[in-house]
Amino acid sequence: MIWDDEYETLPREAMEALQLKRLRAMVDRVCSTVPFYKRKLGEMGYKPGDLRKLDDLSHLPFTTKDDLRDNYPFGLFAVPMERVVRIHASSGTTGKPTVVGYTRRDVDTWAELMARTLSCGGTSSRDIVHNAYGYGLFTGGLGAHYGAEKIGAAVIPMSGGNTKRQILIMKDFGSTILLSTPSYALNLAEVMAEEGVSPAALRLKCGLFGAEPWSEGMRREIERQLKIDALDIYGLSEVIGPGVASECIEVKQGLHVFEDHFIPEIIDPATGKTLPHGEAGELVFTTLTKEAFPVLRYRTRDISRLIPTPCSCGRTLLRMERISGRTDDMLIIRGVNVFPSQIESVLMEIEGVEPHYQLIVTRDGTLDVLEVQVEINESVFTDAIKGLEKLAKRVEHDIKDLLGVSCKARLVEPKTIQRSEGKAKRVIDKRTV
Amino acid sequence: MRVEQISIFLENKSGRLAEVTRILADAGVNIRSLSLADTTDFGVLRLIVDQTDRAQQVLKANGFTGGKTDVLAVAVPDRPGGLAKILGMLDGAGINVEYMYAFVQRSGDNAIMIFRVDGLDKAIQTLTEGGVRVLKGEELYAL
Repeated sequence: MIWDDEYETLPREAMEALQLKRLRAMVDRVCSTVPFYKRKLGEMGYKPGDLRKLDDLSHLPFTTKDDLRDNYPFGLFAVPMERVVRIHASSGTTGKPTVVGYTRRDVDTWAELMARTLSCGGTSSRDIVHNAYGYGLFTGGLGAHYGAEKIGAAVIPMSGGNTKRQILIMKDFGSTILLSTPSYALNLAEVMAEEGVSPAALRLKCGLFGAEPWSEGMRREIERQLKIDALDIYGLSEVIGPGVASECIEVKQGLHVFEDHFIPEIIDPATGKTLPHGEAGELVFTTLTKEAFPVLRYRTRDISRLIPTPCSCGRTLLRMERISGRTDDMLIIRGVNVFPSQIESVLMEIEGVEPHYQLIVTRDGTLDVLEVQVEINESVFTDAIKGLEKLAKRVEHDIKDLLGVSCKARLVEPKTIQRSEGKAKRVIDKRTV
Repeated sequence: MRVEQISIFLENKSGRLAEVTRILADAGVNIRSLSLADTTDFGVLRLIVDQTDRAQQVLKANGFTGGKTDVLAVAVPDRPGGLAKILGMLDGAGINVEYMYAFVQRSGDNAIMIFRVDGLDKAIQTLTEGGVRVLKGEELYAL
């Protein structure tokens, strides 16, 4: 179901013409209203009107997370506070939170984009949307909420946590669309099984999951356990929040980037050089229509690829591949780069292995040691030690084989790995630098 | 001729074995025999109890994972060569013994050994035909 059948299906030339027009206006505006951009663009000798074609964007400076922190809290706002109607902030697990603002029009744009996202999953005004994204400073909860209201669906503003109550409400209220992180969806499925609530007792048909990297195997597992279609959605508060890109239920291969509002680029994270479509690298976004908090070439630290081939769902929007990792959660184990999501993909290919895992990294002398903890369950349990050892060896072998890194697999008792209430904690790095 | 055995996955953490025995005690389940096999990371506890289903149910409810396996209880003459003869018969029939352990109680002049083998029916047949007594579950629990 396509929410905006004009902008989501624009022919390429029309889209690029629109992007160029919006980009010029955006760059000229930040140049005159945000001292940070004025200085940065001034340093490279940029003058209004210099941007002649879309490719010229690749010569403009990046904006990084550090730039956001340096300008904490409101230094990058492009409008006076009297025009700001909303402030959100990132969790700020490392250092200060990053703060973003919205004008009334930004909030409307955001709702429109989340309406597109929800429509990608077939949501209509008849649906009951169970929103388990956190409400508060995090953009997930309110962002999704406004989009669902825009469609005219009935929103249940659940927020995260209190899993048993979530299940009771999904069951009694007849929720049809689930919004949460993928790890929390699995937690819900697991608690449902414990409580003896079968998926057939629910009316859920589709889930839109985002805010953390996840794998195809995890999708299969969520779809199997909850008996729904599971879609990957993408967004980040620095760009707008959720609503930057979404998979479509028809194809489920790559996320459609809402390009009339954001220009995606892929760069080599080491050199900053723009990479051609199809190559993997760091995702960079430029906002085209944001008023309060426009960003120019924001480096997301997320790793993806852009897919230029058209999608059979009818949208002409460029697609991005699901996030395969983050440049900052990349583990370097004895010189080999490993992303937790890659390990997840390997584990999910081993029959019977639970989608709950944790990676413990330690240092033995000068050697990095990676331990992969995997929960045992009845389907893989055997009373013969060698059978269990075989399972552990298989995990070690497959990870070595596919990712090139040696690890030790440790089988642990069920439910001993902490369950996600939002973003899952996959890595415990005990190495001291 | 088969005896039910339950087995439980245990991480090598202090107090886990005590936890299992406490849960079974609270449920009024009597442990008739047990064996613990372990590696550096984990162990498998194998138990023969007087109420298999109840034991399985309470352990599962307390978050333990495991399974149920059929094993053999064999009366082994308590004299030199008694066990060797039985193992020789199984080997001769091409039956692989996964593991074995001794049952606590004796049966007359015989020791009782629990065998987990890869061909249960064939093992029963081989031993019975060779004049070795294989105990039924009820016999074992009643000892």
